[in-house]
Amino acid sequence: VIVFSWPDSGAKRQRCVTCYEGKVNRASWENGCAAVFAEALHLGNLLVRYGYIYPLKEPRALQLKPDESPYRFQTPYFWISTRWPATELDYAIYLAKKNIRKQGELMEYEKESYSQLHKRINHTWDFVVMQAREQLRASKQRRKADRMVLECQEQAYWLINRPPPGAHDALDMGPEKGNVVNSRVNLIENSKRALGRNRVKSSICLEGFVKYSEQYHNQDPIMHGCLPSNPWISDDPAHWALNADQVSVPTRLRVERWSFSFMELLNDSMGRKEFMTYLEKEFSAENLCFWQACEDLRHGETSKIVQKVEEVYRQFLAPGAARWVNIDSKTMDKTMEGIKHPHRFVMDAAQMHIYFLMKKDSYPRYLKSELYKSMLAKAIVPQETKKSVFPFMRRQRHSSPSPAKVIATATEQDGQGAGQAGANSSAVSQV
Amino acid sequence: MRGVTSARQQHQLAEAGEPWWRQRESERKRPNTRTSSTIPSPLCASSLKMACQALQSGESLATLKNESDSLKKKLEEERAKLHDVELNQVAEKVELVSALSIRTRRVLKGHGNKVLCMDWCKDKRRLVSSSQDGKVIVWDGYTLNKEHAVTMPCTWVMACAYAPSGCAVACGGLDNKCSVYPLSLDKNENLAAKKKSVAMHTNYLSGCSFTNSDMQLLTSSGDGTCALWDVESGQLLQSFHGHTADVLSLNLAPSETGNTFVSGGCDKKANVWDMRSGQNVQSFETHDSDINCVKYYPTGDAFASASDDGTCRLYDLRADREVAVYQKDSIIFGASSVDFSLSGRLLFAGYNDYTINVWDVLKGNRISVLFGHENRVSCVKVSPDGTSFASASWDTSLRIWA
Repeated sequence: VIVFSWPDSGAKRQRCVTCYEGKVNRASWENGCAAVFAEALHLGNLLVRYGYIYPLKEPRALQLKPDESPYRFQTPYFWISTRWPATELDYAIYLAKKNIRKQGELMEYEKESYSQLHKRINHTWDFVVMQAREQLRASKQRRKADRMVLECQEQAYWLINRPPPGAHDALDMGPEKGNVVNSRVNLIENSKRALGRNRVKSSICLEGFVKYSEQYHNQDPIMHGCLPSNPWISDDPAHWALNADQVSVPTRLRVERWSFSFMELLNDSMGRKEFMTYLEKEFSAENLCFWQACEDLRHGETSKIVQKVEEVYRQFLAPGAARWVNIDSKTMDKTMEGIKHPHRFVMDAAQMHIYFLMKKDSYPRYLKSELYKSMLAKAIVPQETKKSVFPFMRRQRHSSPSPAKVIATATEQDGQGAGQAGANSSAVSQV
Repeated sequence: MRGVTSARQQHQLAEAGEPWWRQRESERKRPNTRTSSTIPSPLCASSLKMACQALQSGESLATLKNESDSLKKKLEEERAKLHDVELNQVAEKVELVSALSIRTRRVLKGHGNKVLCMDWCKDKRRLVSSSQDGKVIVWDGYTLNKEHAVTMPCTWVMACAYAPSGCAVACGGLDNKCSVYPLSLDKNENLAAKKKSVAMHTNYLSGCSFTNSDMQLLTSSGDGTCALWDVESGQLLQSFHGHTADVLSLNLAPSETGNTFVSGGCDKKANVWDMRSGQNVQSFETHDSDINCVKYYPTGDAFASASDDGTCRLYDLRADREVAVYQKDSIIFGASSVDFSLSGRLLFAGYNDYTINVWDVLKGNRISVLFGHENRVSCVKVSPDGTSFASASWDTSLRIWA
């Protein structure tokens, strides 16, 4: 992975050139193969960050520079994998040595650490000073060149393990995690239940992934691009404007997506409106209204639950209700029982029944209807924006109204937008 | 509890001059993340004790453990019976992904410290991010404008979420709470004044997410539980017990019935929960180390996980098993975060070696590596309309890629 060439000058200096996966040839590196170079640079950078290689010229700049600056391998004695964590004692000895050697010229942060250590491990301070003196004495007996190398290595080690404030801390792990918890886990029960569950054959499940990715391929901007262009790339937000919540004419991709699944139709506010229009023609709009009211109940404020349940009952379930929904008797009985003690999920069974009714019956017919077909026919397919002639000129990026603006007018209106997965985009300015 | 430092202790130690977590160096895990974590077996001492107390006479600890182990083995056998084909076999007929030219399109600078989490607004261009120094910023990612900023009274704000309406954000971290801040465009408005404390845990907050409305908040915590809260009253609606260590991540299912979510934790487990009953309905344990992030596949039939063991995995809920592992020998650092592209064909994963890898979900191979960040990638999220994805990093910046 790493190749270094030995230049003619002295054996101690090494130049570090990283190459990818053993492909040693300098030629491919010089070709400027961008991807390979990027990865090689990244790998080399990591090695520097973690102290396996250190720079000679600017020891505090712990980053791999893609130029001719020299680096040196760290001795295994000072590898992080060998000595971790670095102990306070070792650091104290190091600082003491530096203090003695440089006669008090430590860096600011080193001075602070030194005095903190002095307080914390005061009881072993004699040992610290003695060790420091011993190590200095031993090093004086070495050749000057060896002594300098050792000093560099040691300094590099401590720059990694005790980085100056503000410097990159490669050993930063974040807050502690991995606490063991008193848990009410009943593994045996869980396993028993798991054994009893119905499973589906892998071939069927996995085929589903393939089908989904094929169906949605054109809808995926990162895979397929989007029309007229991806706003993030071209600095042109036309794509967002064309796909805003409420447009007079939707895009073709959007209308096609409504046919992928019932959920897609309902998730799109415009699709939902269209579907409502269709149901009104079929005199079954109360189904969708009921479903929406149940969603509002399920996701709304706890304080409004009782009131909402009453409303739903009055409007949709009571005998002779204005928008009575057709639920089978078993579900109706269960729901009526539940209403006596209203809670958030009391309408779940009824809601599910109506949902599947719409999905199996109204939805397929909607897709075959004139309403949908004409919508699809008049849906627009935006022109792809030609790449601009002067790609260096960056377009001005315009801001859009913040959804937060709506807060001033919306708070008084009951449940407005609370139950819906309301999207706020650049086109929306009214509540 | 061994290893747990209360929030107050943390603040005290911080005031003493050393970051509190440095005090525990001797107990920390090594940087080489290939080693498995030291979580003891699920039947830890305390739950064994509880099991003892509930024992019928005649049963012993050993028989309980044997029963549990044999059930687990049976479960694996049952799962294997229906596994008739591998994902990459099924995907053989699928075309290769053509070369993607994904590049950084925006760099969001403004945080003074590590960015730990981010979330997109439904308007597809705004996002909220939170950092180690307590700052929470709301940006228009497209123009790079900072629209709101608030400083939390705690450090390490590890979780943040944008409300579906776009009118509020939720965040929390070492304060063990999750608070909701309504967003206002009034320049004189002090956001911190309107803060609403919603969730309360007994350890750090690792993840939060609004459910389908602004009114309910789902949280995960280092105390090993997840919880569902009513925002208006702060009332706890449901709590979810089952993890035997910190829960690090959660994600709501996009399914039709919209009643489940998945969580992943330091116990290497990914659990699927029923929001109504609080029950753990499915559990997966194939990772070798902490699960840092879980994310549903667009259909809700599967989910992906990212772990400190350097792998990302795909679990199918109907087949009830792991169906793919996204790994490479050259990846030795943990994966911190994952998300799917809109079609579910691509998996974007952020790693602790500062890179983002793009995987082909179906074929299992890595499509490309994205460089750019200068420190760990902590969070990766695809925008609501799939036109881009954002990454947050410890290098104090966020990047938007497309």
